[in-house]
Amino acid sequence: MKVAYWPGCVSRGFTPELHGAMAKIAPLLDIELLELDRASCCGAGVIAEHNQELADTLNARTFALAQQTDGAMMMNICSTCQGSQSECQERLDANGEYREHINANLSDEGLSYQRGIENKNLLWLLVEEIGLEELRSKVKRPLENLRVGPFYGCYIVRPTDRLKIDEANPRDTYLQLLIEVLGGTVIDYAGAYRCCGFPIITMNKSASLKQAGRHIGDAIDAEADCLVTPCPLCHLNLDLQQPLAAREVGRDLGLPVLHLPQLVGLALGLDPGELGMARHVVKPTTVIDWSTSVVAATG
Amino acid sequence: MPEYTLKIRRFSPESGEAAYWANYTTELEGHRSVLEGILNVKDREDGSIAIRCSCRAAICGSCGVKINGKPMLACNTHLEWAKSTSRDGAITVEPMGNMPVIKDLIVDMDAVHWKKIQRVTPWLLPDGPPPEREYIVPHENMVDVTQTMACIQCGACVSDCLSMEVDPLFIGPAALAKAYRFVGDPRDGQHLERLKDLSEDPHGIYDCTHCFNCIEACPKGVAPMSQIMRLRRIAGSDHGIDDRNNGHRHEMAFVNNIRRNGLLHEADLLPDSYGGKFHPRAVPELLDSLPVITRALMRRKVTPKSALVHSHKAPKEVKGIFERIEGKDERLELNLYVSGEEKSDEQAPGVPPDAAGGDGQATSSGPQKARG
Repeated sequence: MKVAYWPGCVSRGFTPELHGAMAKIAPLLDIELLELDRASCCGAGVIAEHNQELADTLNARTFALAQQTDGAMMMNICSTCQGSQSECQERLDANGEYREHINANLSDEGLSYQRGIENKNLLWLLVEEIGLEELRSKVKRPLENLRVGPFYGCYIVRPTDRLKIDEANPRDTYLQLLIEVLGGTVIDYAGAYRCCGFPIITMNKSASLKQAGRHIGDAIDAEADCLVTPCPLCHLNLDLQQPLAAREVGRDLGLPVLHLPQLVGLALGLDPGELGMARHVVKPTTVIDWSTSVVAATG
Repeated sequence: MPEYTLKIRRFSPESGEAAYWANYTTELEGHRSVLEGILNVKDREDGSIAIRCSCRAAICGSCGVKINGKPMLACNTHLEWAKSTSRDGAITVEPMGNMPVIKDLIVDMDAVHWKKIQRVTPWLLPDGPPPEREYIVPHENMVDVTQTMACIQCGACVSDCLSMEVDPLFIGPAALAKAYRFVGDPRDGQHLERLKDLSEDPHGIYDCTHCFNCIEACPKGVAPMSQIMRLRRIAGSDHGIDDRNNGHRHEMAFVNNIRRNGLLHEADLLPDSYGGKFHPRAVPELLDSLPVITRALMRRKVTPKSALVHSHKAPKEVKGIFERIEGKDERLELNLYVSGEEKSDEQAPGVPPDAAGGDGQATSSGPQKARG
């Protein structure tokens, strides 16, 4: 399927391996990515905190650019983008007068957002558009014996009504469903739906790192081999900052954290190196032996 | 009559024993509340179960508990729904989080919740002598604070606050929502003082980690996190309060970063949040992060070139949007709690627009579709 693809900023900045991994798995899943290279940052909630109209306009512009493509929908690979964009979209879709006002801000460029674009994170797209069975049939290297802790973070699971999480679409269970379909074992631990702490890293560093450190520690206590997250900002606090988080909580950590497309890519038979896994601060390549067809933790 | 299993967390401090789970069964219709279930068990099986309750109509805020791990009002939760969302058919009921447990399902609201409410001076501080007759307040101002006034002080948001979990001193969602109730009230004469106080407090408005748990937990739609963001907007954008917590600086560093680059250039964000690479505040922070920076360079997550050279520049259209909106005299805000949502039978949200279809998908000819 063709999608208007919004990679976000961090996937092209401090977690370049995420953007790369997405590019690798897309052809294997028959996803054609029409990259929105003129779009801007979603604001990550911070621009909305500064000026709501500004955030809504920037995202309306992104939606309008997506609507100009012939993609069936818009896809993102960042939970924070999903959450921030859904928040703006909720306002834009709820009120015609407001939408017109925001569209007036885009008129110089000749753009206009029409109500009702579908914007799905890769996680949702995998389950709802491609389907778990289809995915299962594509698995070349089942993640047998790999114990994976799902880490959703916040933006992709709350608020449930805005994100349309309900019985028909239990989007807050998709990571678990996916891990199972890929052949892995789901780890149940306390941190799966908690905050990684990233948004307050510059304001209250100790509280921020304590959050990351606790969740990683909880997952280790539950005997996870790794975590998987659909959010590159969570990845920054869980992986990049993990040595500092370990210091903050006063224990050894060293738990690899995978981006969602990396986990999918491994099961589809791609090489860990190709998926950029050597670029993590906690190198999954040194902790887990991915070379055998049956993935097994070495630790 | 259907039977429900209630798995209740019991704790009695005078017993000297640790908290434990106990199962009870109750026969009630599915539309009856979890509170009725608990009271039924208490009446017929074990009178020692402790729970606080009063109105049984979701208005007094007494019976906040965690049901299947999530904070809610026991009187406002149907047994059948609770069963359907439970893990294994047994409805778990436990005391709320982030507050000490007094007994069973009763938590010490005084020690945490009320103390924090008092922290924000939860009364009007008018300027000058009171008018001869009543205060006249414009209707739109009262509508604006209605959302926060809907709070029934049940503590559900406090229970689930993820910032408070790691920083118990955080003023927290309920109290900060209460603070907005006065910052948004034109009769109050101490707006600036309140905002300065809440910005400068290391556990104030900038200590919120933006996790949405309070929005999800609130049974009254108060959306405490949204009120905290409004406080930040007013403190930062309107009053330019330069707090010691880097809150406003971080916000401006982020906004200006996007204004310049269109996309976030992270390498600048951290130092800019502390006032710039060479600012005395930034130096210890950067030194502290040196091991992280070194590793990121070693792993080629970041290259010296990508850290220093801004490869992406904001398209002029994006720059234009910043100029246009920031040049306006007034900030525009849409609060769906106040405005409500437009109902459209012709086109439900989620239906792909014309542009995305191309394969004959049905689209409406409603008024919104006429433009463009």
